[in-house]
Amino acid sequence: MEITHTQYKHCDLVKVKGRVDSYTAPQLSETFNKITEEGRFKIALDMSELDFMSSAGLRALINTQKVCKRYNRGELVLVAVPENIRAALDLAGFIPLFKIYDDVLTAIGNF
Amino acid sequence: MTYSPPLEIFDRPTTPLIITRSFPGRYDSLASIGDFVRGMSEKAGLDTFAVYTVEMAVDEACSNIIEHAYQGEDIGPIACTCKISNDGLTIILEDEGRPFDPNAVAPPDLTSNLEDRPTHGLGLHFIRQWMDEVHYEFQPGRGNRLTLYKKRPPALKKNNTRKR
Repeated sequence: MEITHTQYKHCDLVKVKGRVDSYTAPQLSETFNKITEEGRFKIALDMSELDFMSSAGLRALINTQKVCKRYNRGELVLVAVPENIRAALDLAGFIPLFKIYDDVLTAIGNF
Repeated sequence: MTYSPPLEIFDRPTTPLIITRSFPGRYDSLASIGDFVRGMSEKAGLDTFAVYTVEMAVDEACSNIIEHAYQGEDIGPIACTCKISNDGLTIILEDEGRPFDPNAVAPPDLTSNLEDRPTHGLGLHFIRQWMDEVHYEFQPGRGNRLTLYKKRPPALKKNNTRKR
C-alpha cells in the first residue's frame, strides 16, 4: 500500500494505492486522523489505483466519515472507485453514506 | 497431423488439484495469502469478480483467525488449502487457536444512520454473502477449521481459456 497526501486550500486529497487490509489499514486511518486533528474535515480519497480493500479499510472510511460529518463541518468523498471495491461498498451498505465522484477535479471542485 | 487437445482440458482438471500452504499468523501474511488464493482462483477458472470475492472472504477469515482465534500476532500458523474441482474452488483455513465460531456472530445492521453504524462484523458479512457455502467446525486439540466454497458459474466454462 502507498499513500500520498496533498493539502489544498479548501480540502485535502489522499491517494491510496495497492492493498488495504488489516495490516495496512492502520496507516490509512493514521493519515486521515492527522488531517482531522488539524481541524480539516473536507477530504477526497482517490481510489483509482487501489487493488483491494478489506473490511479493515472500510472501517477506516466509516470512522473518518463520522468525524468529518460531525457538526456538519465537512465530509469524506470517494473518487474513481474500482468496480470490485464498489461492489464491496454496496454490500456493506456504504453507498448512501459517501458521495462518489468519477474524477479528482470534480470531487475537489465540489467542496 | 498432430493432435492438439482443446485448452479446456488443461483449464478444467478432471481430478482435483489440491495445494496446501502454511503462513505465519500475522497481519503481514495477508498479502501473501491473498496472492496464493488469487492464483488458485484464477486457475480454477473463476471470473475476475469471483476471484476478488474469494480473496476478500479469505482475507476476512484470516484476519478473524489472528484477532479472535489467536488473539494476537505470531501465536500460531494459518494453513490454507485450495482445492480446484470441476465445479469450483474450495478453500480450507485451519488454525490452532481458541474456538471462534462465525455462526455465533450476529449479522451487522447495515441500514442505521452514520453515527450508529457498527464498525465490526462486516468481514463475516462478506464471507456469508459472497461464498456459496461456508462450513465451520472446531476440532478439540487441533483448532478451528473453516471451509469456503465458491462455485464456478456454468456459463463461464466455455470461455475459460485464461492462462497465467
